[in-house]
Amino acid sequence: MADAAQTIAVPPSEEFKGRSLWSDAWRRLLRNRAALVSAILLASIALACVLVPLLSPIAYDDVFWDSVSAPPDFASGHYFGTDDSGRDLFVRTMYGGRVSLTVGLVATLVSLVIGVTWGAVAGFLGGRVDGAMMRFVDILYSVPFIFFVIMLTVVFGRHIVLIYIAIGAVSWLDMARIVRGQTMSLKRREFVEAARAGGVRQSRVILRHIIPNCLGPVIVYVTLTVPNVILLESFLSFLGLGVQEPSTSWGVLISDGARIMETSPWALCFPAAFLAVTLACFNFIGDGLRDALDPKDR
Amino acid sequence: MKGPPLLSVRDLSVHFHMAGSWLWRQPGAVLKAVDEVSFDLAPGETLGLVGESGCGKSTLGRAVLRLLPNIQGRVVWLGEDLAKLDEEAMRRKRREMQIVFQDPLAALDPRMTVGEIIAEPLRTFRPDMPAAESKAKVQAMMAGVGLLPQQINRYPHEFSGGQCQRIGIARAMINEPKLVVCDEPVSALDVSIQAQIVNLLMDLQRQYGMSMIFISHNLSVVRHVAHRIMVLYLGRVAEIADRDQLYRNPRHPYTQALISAVPIPDPDLERAKARLILKGDLPSPLHPPSGCAFRTRCPKATSLCAERRPELTPLELGHRVACHHWDK
Amino acid sequence: MDAVLEIADLQVRFATPEGEVAAVNGVGLTVEPGETVGIVGESGSGKSQVFLAVMGLLASNGKAAGSVKFQGEEILGRPASALNQIRGARMSMIFQDPMTSLNPYLTIERQLTEVLVTHRAMSRGAARTAAVDMLERVQIPEADRRIGHYPFEFSGGMRQRAMVAMALLCQPELLIADEPTTALDVTVQAQILALMAELTRGARTALVLITHDLGVVAGLCDRVMVMYAGRVVETGAVRDIFHRPQHPYTAGLLASMPRLDSDLATHLQTIPGQPPNLQRLGPGCAFAERCPRVMDRCRVERPLLRTISGPGARQDGEGRMKACHLEEL
Repeated sequence: MADAAQTIAVPPSEEFKGRSLWSDAWRRLLRNRAALVSAILLASIALACVLVPLLSPIAYDDVFWDSVSAPPDFASGHYFGTDDSGRDLFVRTMYGGRVSLTVGLVATLVSLVIGVTWGAVAGFLGGRVDGAMMRFVDILYSVPFIFFVIMLTVVFGRHIVLIYIAIGAVSWLDMARIVRGQTMSLKRREFVEAARAGGVRQSRVILRHIIPNCLGPVIVYVTLTVPNVILLESFLSFLGLGVQEPSTSWGVLISDGARIMETSPWALCFPAAFLAVTLACFNFIGDGLRDALDPKDR
Repeated sequence: MKGPPLLSVRDLSVHFHMAGSWLWRQPGAVLKAVDEVSFDLAPGETLGLVGESGCGKSTLGRAVLRLLPNIQGRVVWLGEDLAKLDEEAMRRKRREMQIVFQDPLAALDPRMTVGEIIAEPLRTFRPDMPAAESKAKVQAMMAGVGLLPQQINRYPHEFSGGQCQRIGIARAMINEPKLVVCDEPVSALDVSIQAQIVNLLMDLQRQYGMSMIFISHNLSVVRHVAHRIMVLYLGRVAEIADRDQLYRNPRHPYTQALISAVPIPDPDLERAKARLILKGDLPSPLHPPSGCAFRTRCPKATSLCAERRPELTPLELGHRVACHHWDK
Repeated sequence: MDAVLEIADLQVRFATPEGEVAAVNGVGLTVEPGETVGIVGESGSGKSQVFLAVMGLLASNGKAAGSVKFQGEEILGRPASALNQIRGARMSMIFQDPMTSLNPYLTIERQLTEVLVTHRAMSRGAARTAAVDMLERVQIPEADRRIGHYPFEFSGGMRQRAMVAMALLCQPELLIADEPTTALDVTVQAQILALMAELTRGARTALVLITHDLGVVAGLCDRVMVMYAGRVVETGAVRDIFHRPQHPYTAGLLASMPRLDSDLATHLQTIPGQPPNLQRLGPGCAFAERCPRVMDRCRVERPLLRTISGPGARQDGEGRMKACHLEEL
């Protein structure tokens, strides 16, 4: 056996590459066709929303007095037609997409950070701290969401940031519960005990050992939270509590389109279709991730 | 034993309180997993802890390292009573006392590379060490336990059971601790691999001079590794002796039955040997028998055994037994 | 007299995401009535899969080929309806973990009497009496009261005794025990093994004992078959195998086991390396990379199992066999 006192210098080029569990999961995900197609579709939609100035020279608040409530017409440049105020629906759908997707991602990010931290700390510390932290979550659960949003709008006025805050404040609760459950089962596992026995500080145990091992269910939950958030935003906008005119989101477009759907069905169909397809994509990706990250294969 | 002992344990007890029932007016039962155990450990010595399920050997190992709550009694480490330390002070002491687990793969974080796993104790206790030096130390340690240093970026699931155990041992040894508690380190491994790991632990002890508490239910393995052996039954010490004394001259009926039950891989010897088959099953640790816990299965039990719990009686040097009838 | 069990050229293949794995590759064995045979091997040797295939209990992604004859009748590949006539009644199996082998939702009584009611068409009452009797023979105290208990109310040793009772109730001609005492304490192991020896000898039941523990084999078995990487590497009478092993793996296993009666050298003898990856077996002998006596020939040409002369050889030629290029160890 080699003398441990010798320094063994191995050039980095000779080191074997490890095959991490993430790369295994990634490979499995790529084999899932529904998830792959959904990912491509989603990316296309997002790209289109971002790059809409390249796709059409029209701005989202341009009014075309001579083409009010015009049906879709490729030649005229109004690919999705116009609404009853004469604004181009294609560009508005794309801009609406920007808002909806941004809300989805930002609010989910907020819920991720708060929820994961809250849940991991509560689950790890256990006892009375856990009890107190989770009772706080329970109380927040019982606050009626719509009233909360209405109160915020009354106090602060209608502003897009309020939507982020309101939705973020509500969606971290589920995340916290999930992460807490995961943490509680993880902290009994031997490698966590090994870390504690090794003198690792509690904060580092949570950060380095618990949270990365929770990420599987968390990632899956995130991909399912985003559509919920988008839907929630659409619902608020539908009620008139969301974004302000002339800015728009898919929810606002659907609300407006529903009003005029008998005469101008295109005004409802296009934004609704985009919303539905986006939500479906997220769900397929979420399912694919769940299969790929199946803990049985660890 | 030259000099003061490294570790001095006196009347160590670990009690688990089972929830009682307010509704049915049942007080919670107390599970005495470890019941007033005392022993000393010298530097460089290996103490074998043997016993069967429910004897408390794993609990005792963890209690010495203070990995459990509800510990009573004194654990004196290099003259310092560990019970008097606060959490942070105890955490710093962990650099000197480490543990190797039974399930080699479960003891390693599946999301960390081998290099990160072995380097973690360095990060914890020597955070100022530069990365290059840390990596060199990790690779040296890997070579020292028989792993290829080039595998430093691999993940635990890419290794076999025996190799995972080597990783666990490397992690435990990297800060050169004075004590390593080995909790059934080879029980989950194939027979042909067990011998490799046992040899490794013995080599490391020769090289680094650490003490070991070797917990195992396998008497044959313990015989190779340990200098002294302590036999536990239902959380209590039945017998403690130097290795040769214990195997040649066991005095406690439980030790005698235990040794007799170990199968010898030789058809003639195995079939010819006198068998001391115990009657009955292990009593519930929640309701141990009165007096001597072993009396329900002991061929020598008398009414005295039910009345009085036997004390550890010293026999020859280093040999103590807890039995009223050890000399019959 | 007809052999109770005759396995010839058994192959078991599993379809896995990484490709096909041959867990068992050309295994043959004959078990005579009343004989006790030990099957020794470590993880990956295929020892359990051989008998899961015999009992028709392979996982859904496993396929068995070859021949398995029970009392002269071919049973490999037969449908479950045909196998159910034999399983439990004439051929039974006990497993390592008694907690998962026993149904936690049924009382011991239900599980034991089920075997008798199904196979012997006994009435519930008569079956209960027989079951209590059997539990007493396996030394479960207060059998009449305890038979009504659930498995979780039994200790590990008692559960395994209940399993032995259940397996022997119909007086099968063959009992297969897959690591029956590995999960038990050594004192309980001694009890269970003594029990199995007594009961099988009394009823002339053939016993196949699958284990990795050579000590258990030494005490109980008449013949031993050693397996490595899905193949048989050595078979013979128990004394011959232990005192004059002819395959380096067998010799290595015996030498690396710490024993209560050995001299205490500083180092235990070991078999270097680790058990093979069944998906990456080379053309030669699977043991070649760990063998202390390896020759060039071993790496390219797989040694076939051949009969060698010796005290363990029987009239039918089967008896003392090894799969090694070495003439003499």
